[in-house]
Amino acid sequence: MALAQADVLAGLKEIVEEVAGIPAASIEMDKNFTEDLDVDSLSMVEVVVAAEERFGVKIPDEAVTDLVTVGDAVNFIVNAAN
Amino acid sequence: MSVRRVVVTGLGATTPLGGNVSDSWTALLAGTSGVRLLTEDWAQTIPVHFAARVAVEPSEQMERVEIRRLDRSEQFALVASREAWKDAGAPEMDKERLGVVIASGIGGVTTLLDQYDILREKGPRLVSPHTVPMLMPNGPAANVGLELAAKAGVHTPVSACASGAEAIGYAFDMIRNNRADVVVSGGVEAAVHALPMSAFAAMKALSTRNDDPARASRPYDLNRDGFVLGEGGGVLVLEEYEHARARGAHIYCEIVGQGLTSDGYHIAAPDPDGAGVQRALKFALRDAGLSTKDIVHLNAHATSTPAGDVAEANALRAALGADADHVAVSATKSMTGHLLGGAGAIESVFIVKTLQDRLAPPTINIDDLDPAVTVDVVRDKPRALPSGDIAALNDSFGFGGHNVVLVFKSL
Repeated sequence: MALAQADVLAGLKEIVEEVAGIPAASIEMDKNFTEDLDVDSLSMVEVVVAAEERFGVKIPDEAVTDLVTVGDAVNFIVNAAN
Repeated sequence: MSVRRVVVTGLGATTPLGGNVSDSWTALLAGTSGVRLLTEDWAQTIPVHFAARVAVEPSEQMERVEIRRLDRSEQFALVASREAWKDAGAPEMDKERLGVVIASGIGGVTTLLDQYDILREKGPRLVSPHTVPMLMPNGPAANVGLELAAKAGVHTPVSACASGAEAIGYAFDMIRNNRADVVVSGGVEAAVHALPMSAFAAMKALSTRNDDPARASRPYDLNRDGFVLGEGGGVLVLEEYEHARARGAHIYCEIVGQGLTSDGYHIAAPDPDGAGVQRALKFALRDAGLSTKDIVHLNAHATSTPAGDVAEANALRAALGADADHVAVSATKSMTGHLLGGAGAIESVFIVKTLQDRLAPPTINIDDLDPAVTVDVVRDKPRALPSGDIAALNDSFGFGGHNVVLVFKSL
């Protein structure tokens, strides 16, 4: 099933707010997980697992290191789903 | 090198009687029980339906995101440490001279069990990546050390129910031995869960007075039938005396000695002669350079078990002789329940308040004093302590035969 970028971003905002306590409104495509959103390596695992569950995609470990910004993650998920 | 004296400059606590030191102390002097029926469904499925949960949930004192990354024992450690650090005036100092020693008897046991439930129900992929930092027994100390950027050493002694007192003794030594100038020390426990409670119940260690929970913890009473599990934690900021004076800190009192021994007798039962406890008391007084005449108060371990309370009282009588007559003995577990690794820590906080206010807290729930108890128990109401220089003891014992005695002195 094709996923729209806007829907993935909205879902990811909710996940990051839950995991890192960053208000969803301040989470944008260009935000860096580590530097802007206080998502450390352990919390990133939570984000990835929650995103896999929510969007029905697989995000392999070797891909996670390339997900530096929220936009990286959104684009990866959209491509993986399509 | 001159002798480095160690003083207490900050206090923090979250207990079944209050979410801070002040509220806990007020409720303690009023003789309030912190023991209640548990409301969780599982509580009715095990032999003991009650415990002494903290009066204020950590979720009311911390951010939601902190809560989800921390075991409950770590939450207690941060709540109590933040209060203690603030109380000490948040000293500006060289962090290489700041240490943390915070103990726990069992560590993150509820995290371990909750994650095991997730593993079985949902599979390994959903096991939290925060599990290990949450369940490790050094987690409470490590998180406090991280928050304060302490670099002189972060430690976690583990000796069951003596852990909290042992942590304070370790911190005392860190300052005496010139490893640190300030050490945040104490103990926490968060083990109110079906498994630890079933396990303690299987040992016949817990009271089963389900029809009257507030009256279940009754140290020294003839009809005591076991301890009541409590949760929470206490933290003391210990500081080298000249360091505290130089920054104009408020000084509560001094820690002047400790005695540590082991029974070599049984894995769980106390030595009925209390020989190990007697030796710990003697070592502590010798370390403090005090005589038995100087001691006016003991915050006893007294957990409300049939064997333990009498063995401890006998040991005090044997070690202090006739001077035990002028020791006001308080068993505050009658109100807080037994916080295991947190017990020696909250009781040390109470001793500091006792010396400050010159008031020994009461022991509640003694209807019939056990005639085998030959020490002077403070019952029902607080008792005024003498003016002048006074000293008080905290003793704590743990499964495994660990004995710890700490000596506090007015200043």
